[in-house]
Amino acid sequence: MSGNLIASTARKARKLTEEEVHEIEHEMELYPDKKAVGLEALKIVQKHQGWVSDESMQAISKFLEIPVSDLESVATFFNLVYRQPVGENVILFCNSVSCWVMGCESIKSHINEKLGIDFGQTSEDGKFTFLPVPCLGDCDKAPVMMVGDDLHRNLTHDKIDELILTYRKSKQVE
Amino acid sequence: MAKVVIDGVEYEVNPDNNLLQECLSNGLDLPYFCWHPCMGSVGACRQCAVKQYRDSEDTNGNIVMACMTPAADGAIISINDDQAKDMRERVIESLMISHPHDCPVCEEGGECHLQDMTLMSGHNYRRYDKKKVTHRNQYLGPFINHEMNRCITCYRCVRYYDDYAGGTDLAAQASHHHTYFGRYEEGVLESEFSGNLVEVCPTGVFTDKAFSEHYSRKWDLQTAPSICAGCGTGCNITPGERYGTLRRVVNRYNSEINGYFICDRGRFGFDYVNSPERIRLSPEISDDVEKKLEQFKTDDAIGIGSPRASNESNFALRELVGEDRFFSGLSDSDHEAVQLTLALGQDAAFRSPSVKEIELADAVIIIGEDVTNTSPRVALALRQSVRNYAMDLAKQSQIPAWQDAAVRELAQHDRSPLAILTPYTTRLDDIASEIVLGPPSQLIEVAGAVAKAISENAPTISSGDDRVAQIAKYLAEAKRPLIVSGCSAGRIDFIKVAANLARALSEQRQEVIDLCLTAPEANTLGMSMLTNEENTLGAALDKIRRGEARKVIVLENDLYRRAPHPDVTDALEKADSLLVLDQLPTKTTEKATLLLPATSFSEHEATYVNYEGRAQVSFQVHQNNSGALPSWRWLSKDRKENISSLTERLVKCSCSFEGIKTLRPEIHVAVSGMQIPRQSHRYSGRTAMRANLNVHEPKQPVDEESVLSFSMEGIPPGKDATILGAPWSPSWNSNQSISKFQEEVNGDLKQGNTGQLLLDRDKSDTYLEIKLDVPKADGGLEVALVHQIFGSGELSAKSKALQKRMVDPYIGLSKADAESLGLSQGDSVSIDGNGNVAAVVVRTKMKVGTAALYCGENDIDHHALGETVHLQKVASSHHRGLGNLIVSDLYEEGY
Amino acid sequence: MIVNPLTKNIDMTRPPLEISGYESNDGYQSIKNIAKGMTSTDVLQKTKDSGLKGRGGAGFPTGLKWSFVPQGEDSPKQKYFVVNADEMEPGTFKDRLLMEGDPHLLIEGIIIGSFAIQADTAYIFLRGEYKVAERALRKAIDEARERGFLGKNILDTGFNLDIIVHTSAGRYICGEETALLNALEGKRANPRSKPPFPQVSGLWGKPTIVNNVETICNLPGIFTYGIDWYQSLTKGKDHGTKLFGISGKVKNPGCWELPLGITIRELLEDYGGGMQEGLDLRGFLPGGGSTDFMLPEHLDLKFDYDDIAQAGSRLATGTMILLDNETCPVGMIGNLMRFFSHESCGFCTPCRDGLPWVVAIFDEFCKGQGTRKDLEILHEHVEYMGPGRTFCALAPGATAPLGSGLRYFAEDFEKLIKE
Ligand SMILES: Cc1cc2nc3c(=O)[nH]c(=O)nc-3n(C[C@H](O)[C@H](O)[C@H](O)COP(=O)(O)O)c2cc1C
Ligand code: SF4
Ligand code: FES
Repeated sequence: MSGNLIASTARKARKLTEEEVHEIEHEMELYPDKKAVGLEALKIVQKHQGWVSDESMQAISKFLEIPVSDLESVATFFNLVYRQPVGENVILFCNSVSCWVMGCESIKSHINEKLGIDFGQTSEDGKFTFLPVPCLGDCDKAPVMMVGDDLHRNLTHDKIDELILTYRKSKQVE
Repeated sequence: MAKVVIDGVEYEVNPDNNLLQECLSNGLDLPYFCWHPCMGSVGACRQCAVKQYRDSEDTNGNIVMACMTPAADGAIISINDDQAKDMRERVIESLMISHPHDCPVCEEGGECHLQDMTLMSGHNYRRYDKKKVTHRNQYLGPFINHEMNRCITCYRCVRYYDDYAGGTDLAAQASHHHTYFGRYEEGVLESEFSGNLVEVCPTGVFTDKAFSEHYSRKWDLQTAPSICAGCGTGCNITPGERYGTLRRVVNRYNSEINGYFICDRGRFGFDYVNSPERIRLSPEISDDVEKKLEQFKTDDAIGIGSPRASNESNFALRELVGEDRFFSGLSDSDHEAVQLTLALGQDAAFRSPSVKEIELADAVIIIGEDVTNTSPRVALALRQSVRNYAMDLAKQSQIPAWQDAAVRELAQHDRSPLAILTPYTTRLDDIASEIVLGPPSQLIEVAGAVAKAISENAPTISSGDDRVAQIAKYLAEAKRPLIVSGCSAGRIDFIKVAANLARALSEQRQEVIDLCLTAPEANTLGMSMLTNEENTLGAALDKIRRGEARKVIVLENDLYRRAPHPDVTDALEKADSLLVLDQLPTKTTEKATLLLPATSFSEHEATYVNYEGRAQVSFQVHQNNSGALPSWRWLSKDRKENISSLTERLVKCSCSFEGIKTLRPEIHVAVSGMQIPRQSHRYSGRTAMRANLNVHEPKQPVDEESVLSFSMEGIPPGKDATILGAPWSPSWNSNQSISKFQEEVNGDLKQGNTGQLLLDRDKSDTYLEIKLDVPKADGGLEVALVHQIFGSGELSAKSKALQKRMVDPYIGLSKADAESLGLSQGDSVSIDGNGNVAAVVVRTKMKVGTAALYCGENDIDHHALGETVHLQKVASSHHRGLGNLIVSDLYEEGY
Repeated sequence: MIVNPLTKNIDMTRPPLEISGYESNDGYQSIKNIAKGMTSTDVLQKTKDSGLKGRGGAGFPTGLKWSFVPQGEDSPKQKYFVVNADEMEPGTFKDRLLMEGDPHLLIEGIIIGSFAIQADTAYIFLRGEYKVAERALRKAIDEARERGFLGKNILDTGFNLDIIVHTSAGRYICGEETALLNALEGKRANPRSKPPFPQVSGLWGKPTIVNNVETICNLPGIFTYGIDWYQSLTKGKDHGTKLFGISGKVKNPGCWELPLGITIRELLEDYGGGMQEGLDLRGFLPGGGSTDFMLPEHLDLKFDYDDIAQAGSRLATGTMILLDNETCPVGMIGNLMRFFSHESCGFCTPCRDGLPWVVAIFDEFCKGQGTRKDLEILHEHVEYMGPGRTFCALAPGATAPLGSGLRYFAEDFEKLIKE
């Protein structure tokens, strides 16, 4: 029988990994409501997959019985849920006021030049995605940025050159 | 009552309301967007800004949002304050910074709430000269157009679609000034009530796609107050006509029934009226039609009525053939069920709740009726009823009911109880507290046991289901319990057991109980009131077969939908002459010896009786130009008969139609003899619209029978909403103008007419006997009929838009049954080997032993089937496929 | 006498104290004191009496806030205590210090607050980027649970409490307490209307208290060393100490715990070391990005809720951002506007559609392409997006630097107008 006799979007769901399921089930113990776990599940999937694909979204929707529209609604609201693939290293670059006063614009241009990418873009080698982030709460050490989980402070052009070199070489943790 | 001062004038207000509601209820103009009378306040748009003063000493005041401020006693506010006015102008200005200003090509133009509010708040010049935000639009299916660039981010669409109507596939996405309202991905909007988005959206983001294909401005549409012919709920609608074709249907406010919302069958299922297949008066017969008709006006004719034809037409047929020779146009099982419904409708122990009253229930049980697909508007009301728990909770916490988001957050998922007894999952399952799934016979058992648990006097029925006690408890303890059932499943026992349950409650509580029995078609009850109990269709067919009736008149009815096909064919072929009156060709019209075209619902003035026994009048919107007449006119003995004299006789016919006497306003009520125009005062092109045919401007047609005229001249209904087609009021071109015609917003219409309840509740009765004969274990599956909102309505299924949402006949099976029969998803099966073919749908939640059968547009002769069926796999054949099927428990493997 | 109760254990050159070290420095003493027989009403009263005001921005008296939680037989049994650790206010970096430096202090405070309102579940709503804080908190919670300060029947009081760390997915608006609740429920972080206040209907519709990290960190001291001690800490009208910070072009930017009521000049000169060589102070935002500019002439005012308010600004988070004479005020305000515009949740009109317009105008000004008409529009937006006009306080926060900036730096705007 032809597949399109019955429309079903659920077939686009991928299978959640055992680890993902385990972690999502853990979250279910912490919140009295599934909807809260929906956002947690998005973060869990992103932690393991790097980003949240349509297939992942469908999988979470199926697993938690939350409409996929509701998931999309929150996924697109939050800054740190990625609905597009990102590079191995996500640079979260603070461009809020203290960093701006301390010259983050020039650091930013330097990164633009070195990596050939602007905010929202991923470098051709897939190593870096460059994103702006609101004040990182480290303003006395401005300008600052995060790469993955690590915070880098008092940035200078030289420091950026160094960091790029290190992260180019390093393997992604997962 | 409380008193508030608005711009120096004191008003009496209801302190449970907010200030915006009260301003509008008192006739004041105050712009708003995100507030909606049915959906309360959320304070998003900031458009309803007013100045509030602490006390009479306070001269500075503060800007507050009227919709978020209680109309508390002593409140002093100003709408006209300069700062408040400035604020409102600023809000419009910023809403408009990215708006495309495409009014000339926008379907909303001329009835756009955004246009109205823009004018009202005084913004008229775009100072914004920077880059606009633009969006990509989505394909949302055959009903709704999407134009996100017009969005003003009032959040009404998602609040309506998700929160009010329970939809799950439309949501707000992204944020800040990129906020987007759409589906997760392109595709058909799944809710059966998606069409209301067209009216809920204050601008042109969601527009009526079918209307767009033959668009006309609101003011160019000829309109009249009408009643939806889609099902037996009787929603009030306003159809609009232009150039001889019906263009669209919109909601028409009726405080007792549909309020602000109708379903998608009602909105998009009308365009069979424009069908090129409409039956016409053929030139060959037009000359001697009178003579041919005369043949039938004799003593040996019998008549078969129609649940979709008006009271007037059914009555005219009954007069013509005589009471004893007037037969039901329903299937025999439906006839029995509806006669029982009518009897219960006269029982003093029950009340048939209006849609609005359904919303008041705080504990509900639905027995075997899939209301979303049979009486959709009732389903939407049930969705509101389960919120009564939240409303109570809010009251305890002193949160006003209009604080919409706050009330929802407080109650979270806690709802009033709703039990659904059903053979297959339904579209209300998400709000149900108990879902009892099983073959019909089991459901009857459960409902019977609940009745027994409530009253000892109820017939002894027991059930092993452990939810019985729970369901009985909450029904017994609720403030206003409600029992819902109907005949669409083809099982009269559902109605019987529903009545017993209601009676048990009535005994136990010593009060009148809400018993809602749905009716499948627009005038099911009206026709049945005119039909003697023993005059079944089966009896009529027998009479014809026995040669006791040689002349047969079939009124607007396809008998093949009502009885086993071979029986119908056999009978119709035996008759000497067969007169069929109808709008569209059917299998029955094929057999006619005389076929006469009948007008459609929008082409005549008539009355219909809905599920409650409420009679309502539906006015003629436009003329039929192909020779069709109202059936009653063809059938009248006197061809000069007018509707008033016919109505007079109907009122006197001792079939409980006294109430309709006052329904139709008579011409003499019109002001100084002037009729009420069907055309707006801006109606354009009147003198030129026929210029392509003839440059001479024809005289406007005269309507001699109605208070309405086919003209722009006359006295518009003003504040009298009895005869209100398209509401309009100065500064209020959109449908929101309705508040100008209401006693208070969301309340009764001023001098409005909500119809007349016809049935007197003066009888008392006892419990009904229920035979619990479990179907023989012959290896067959117990049939439960399934209806589809798009497809099961005979006429609406002929509409182009609805056809795009229809599916093939199918049979729903449990996984175990499918496996044991060697069937898998999408296989074709023949049912009982009688040549009827359906596609197999495997459903994860169906119980073993049930076959949920959807017959398509009468593709399956289900009257020929017994209570159980056998299936056999056959070579697959598909026409529409099942791609439009929306069920939550589809078994997915292999797809 | 302890003069720095918030930071006494903090030394950023080493990892935070483990529970044993923390306990040996009076840690969890407050819980032990309470367990000796204080009732929740006692705890509430004592908090009220201490005069502690919220450190999250609004400065609302903490005890008073708690007292709105319905107690007694017919109140909902389930109540929640929520820690606002979403710190995203531009120029604010105080809660990070507390959580990374001494997580047990926060946990101790949470136990006190939860006990006061009888909440058996507390959530720490932590901004997702604070990875170090997350690890520190999780570890500390485990330790505290092991020692019986968390879990069932804490120190035999019959009181149960669990603390759950929730990491956010990033949005400034999540710091607004009602938006925070929506985010915690997994919804879009649009704020909720007030009333009803979270104390009555908060997380999942249940009575809920939301307090800032620093507010909560004040509690252990109060319940260990007493109200008299607490009230003796200050140099001004308001009680206790406060974390003050300086960012911008000073010699020694940083964050210090100091008594409320020290002068701004003391902070700037004694702790910040004064402006960098060759630079002059032109103005400063005293308490994060959503406070009004103040000028050098205000330097001798006390850093206190009232005194700052009298100068037309707010103490708010107490972390000041400096504007020096070589930095363009228009550019600085423009940067803030871009932040607020991006972080607007998109719910209400003035904020959602007003801020992008403001940003678009700043873009023109920064290119020297300003017009007089646009300047007028900026002025209009100050009122239009102000308090009461919007659904929450985000946009009014934005109007603070905007309005004061337009006033104080008018000539800088003038200079950027294209004639
Ligand atoms: C836009 C906005 C952002 C806020 N962000 C924070 C924040 O990051 N941290 C915080 O503690 N309070 C923040 N607040 C204040 C909170 O709404 C709330 O007042 C505070 O958490 C209460 O805690 P307190 O009483 O302990 O001060 C914010 C307020 C607004 C309007
Ligand atoms: S189809 Fe039924 S529910 Fe829908 S609008 Fe028509 S009468 Fe109402
Ligand atoms: S402004 Fe960049 S870290 Fe604070």
